[in-house]
Amino acid sequence: MKISLTRRYRFAASHRLHSAKLSEEENRRMYGKCNSPYGHGHNYVVEVTMGGLVDASTGMITNLGELDPFVEREVIEAFDYKYLNEDVEEFRTVVPTTENVCREIYRRLEKYPGARLERVRIEETGKNSFEYEGAGA
Amino acid sequence: MIRVTRKVEFSAAHFYNNPNLSAEENRRVFGKCNNPHGHGHNYVLEVTIAGEPDPATGMVLDLKELKDLLQEEVVERMDHKNLNYEVPELAGKIPTCENIAAVIWGLLEPKIMKGRLDRVRLYESPDLFADCTAEASGTGRRG
Repeated sequence: MKISLTRRYRFAASHRLHSAKLSEEENRRMYGKCNSPYGHGHNYVVEVTMGGLVDASTGMITNLGELDPFVEREVIEAFDYKYLNEDVEEFRTVVPTTENVCREIYRRLEKYPGARLERVRIEETGKNSFEYEGAGA
Repeated sequence: MIRVTRKVEFSAAHFYNNPNLSAEENRRVFGKCNNPHGHGHNYVLEVTIAGEPDPATGMVLDLKELKDLLQEEVVERMDHKNLNYEVPELAGKIPTCENIAAVIWGLLEPKIMKGRLDRVRLYESPDLFADCTAEASGTGRRG
């Protein structure tokens, strides 16, 4: 049996799906209304799952007193109330689909010193969700 | 293989304190969870059983039996209890979400006679949960 701990966070952001590798026409066909040049937004829910051993002295995989400020600093401050395409450096060259947002959040949280990142799962809306478990998975 | 999940809720009190740490260290590590008067949660437990449906019944297991097992092993043991003082299985353990989930796994795992225990997910709040999951490669009744 293995144990993990999952914490849910939220941010609200706008984005536009548009690929520099496609023509204007192809972008419209591929992304539909998500290609609108004015952008649109979502209330994103991010589930962060940490694995590893339960520390005997705390009973915890990781202390939320450490995890929460880390996620706040690395992800929420950088993404919340932002236009992802312009305000987040990485999405100036990468289309901010939620697949790519998953990978970017995973990259930022992978360096968390307190536990092993197992998974990042994002609900873009109540109907769409995306998961990333790292390049090896 | 099919997975069947049953949900049950219980409400309980707890606080976090490690007697091996000083009062000051306990406050630093556990923050407001260290308040000795305790606080409480509405816990939501999801228990998942994996297996093949019985050809005669079309069921992996009888959900009524699972419901009764969860009532007996979890709800009667933990509902409206103080987890620090009233649950012997948690004695000497800090009643974190991780530790409570692991205790529940230990209580249920030997009593699942049809199918096998696949996951115990315990929500302390809608934004925090612990998962105990069966290892990918195991022995015994797995299969």
